[in-house]
Amino acid sequence: MQLDQLYQEIILDHYKRPHGRGLRDADDPTDRVAEAHHVNPTCGDEVTVRVATDGVVLHDVSYDGMGCSISQASASVLHELLRGREAGEAFAVHEAFVELMSGRGQVTPDEDVLGDGVAFAGVARYPARVKCALLPWMAFKDAAARAGVGASPEVKA
Amino acid sequence: MSSLTIPAGMPQFDDVPRFDVAAVRADFPILDREVNGHPLVYLDSANTSHKPRQVLDVLAEHYARHNANVSRSVHTLGTEATEAYEGARAKIARFVNAPSVDEVVFTKNSTEAINLVAYAFSNASLRADADPRFRLGPGDEIVISEMEHHSNIVPWQLLAERTGATLRWFPVTDAGRLDESGLDDLVTERTKIVSLVHMSNILGTVNATARITARVREVGALLLLDCSQSVPHLPIDVVDLDADFVVFTGHKMCGPTGIGVLWGRGELLAAMPPVMGGGSMIETVTMARSTFAAPPARFEAGTPPIAEAVALGAAVDYLTGLDMRAIQWHEKELTAYALDALATVPGLRIFGPTVPVGRGGTISFALGDIHPHDVGQVLDSLGVQVRVGHHCAKPVCSRFGVPAMTRASFYLYTTTGEIDALVGGLEQVRKVFD
Repeated sequence: MQLDQLYQEIILDHYKRPHGRGLRDADDPTDRVAEAHHVNPTCGDEVTVRVATDGVVLHDVSYDGMGCSISQASASVLHELLRGREAGEAFAVHEAFVELMSGRGQVTPDEDVLGDGVAFAGVARYPARVKCALLPWMAFKDAAARAGVGASPEVKA
Repeated sequence: MSSLTIPAGMPQFDDVPRFDVAAVRADFPILDREVNGHPLVYLDSANTSHKPRQVLDVLAEHYARHNANVSRSVHTLGTEATEAYEGARAKIARFVNAPSVDEVVFTKNSTEAINLVAYAFSNASLRADADPRFRLGPGDEIVISEMEHHSNIVPWQLLAERTGATLRWFPVTDAGRLDESGLDDLVTERTKIVSLVHMSNILGTVNATARITARVREVGALLLLDCSQSVPHLPIDVVDLDADFVVFTGHKMCGPTGIGVLWGRGELLAAMPPVMGGGSMIETVTMARSTFAAPPARFEAGTPPIAEAVALGAAVDYLTGLDMRAIQWHEKELTAYALDALATVPGLRIFGPTVPVGRGGTISFALGDIHPHDVGQVLDSLGVQVRVGHHCAKPVCSRFGVPAMTRASFYLYTTTGEIDALVGGLEQVRKVFD
């Protein structure tokens, strides 16, 4: 397997220059704000994702964390893709990303849906790293649920 | 070049036994394989070691020719299996210089061996007539260290919860050594057991235990040494170590998985209540109650890992054939070489002793702020197998302020060429992430 399939330029860019990093308060004080902290117990990666929403639109998806390039770049891409989206759209993207990561490299990603997230297609071929890529997405799902949008909270992996 | 002459009468350089690494490598079939198009460079022996053909053959031969259950059959196969199983016990007893073969209890691994001792304490604590050395309650203390593998932390935390005893620990110094400065305050008349790692699986530190042992004796506590990382790499003599319990695991010493050892002083094992109940551990059973076999059978309920024990015996034969002193010396040379080589890598920080004294061939490090998972992934693409993560020693990572480390660990088949491959690989890692 070629290493550059895993470490795509896009991933390294997001890792070295993360977009929207840092946990933020809501601009609109009437927004519901909730966060979730997830860890990967096998490697110690951590990420906190915070969602600010009026129940319809995700006004902000902010995050902080420490970990490998895959988990941190994935958080940056998550922020890029979901911030400002309607909750329903956001969960469609979420579903597409989870499907891509669970596909063992057999799923062809749709760039219109996943944007820079398509760069993670190669990660799906490295079973040991799939959890790294999914970490912020699972934290997002929890945070969104706590903010009253989306599915019920998941048990932390 | 100047040369140094060691005075006559002192141990000379050539007195150290040595072996031919190329010949050793030829015994390990897996070392022939490639990983991602590169020759395998296996630097993860602290995780698990590879197995020589001599061990694999014995494992296969046992099932092919001598398979039967042990300790209960009068038939020929049962007798052969029992002799092989008990023969392995005798080999292991000799290997660690156990005074009696009955002091060697087979377990699944070191984790189970430590849990066995912890649960023996637990069970004794429920019985007023149990040996007071094993009875724990509020006010009693268990002492471990910050350097332990999770397997020598969690069982004691659980034991403390069950009994109301207090868990205390030795800190670790910045240099990655055990901080013994508070020894007399830490190990006191309240201490019932001290359980320490002999060689750290993450820092590589080999702990000098003599002072601690002396203090343990002074206060009348018991001492358990986790030798999972030392028995495979150094000559270990349980009498010389003067511990009460020593645990180690087969798969790190050229043996199979699923077999480990609890060595305990005979008199202590005899005073311990059973932990697992079942077949083979009894003296007699009625519907109302049972009496129990003497050690080691008392602690080996159920059909044991027979073939694994026999193969561990073969592993011990293999190591003894090479001479443990030669293995120790080989790894000392590798460690010195690796410490020097890693020091040339820009931005590399070693956790643990940076001199090849009082340490073994297990070296953990950080490469700048590149996450260990990324380091390990790039190295893997070059065939170099290292472990990344917290190494089941999260308190050590916290102590040094990092979530994870990259670890290279050596064994008898490791070569300096493989260390060069690691150093070259780290250069590649820096290219990808800088």
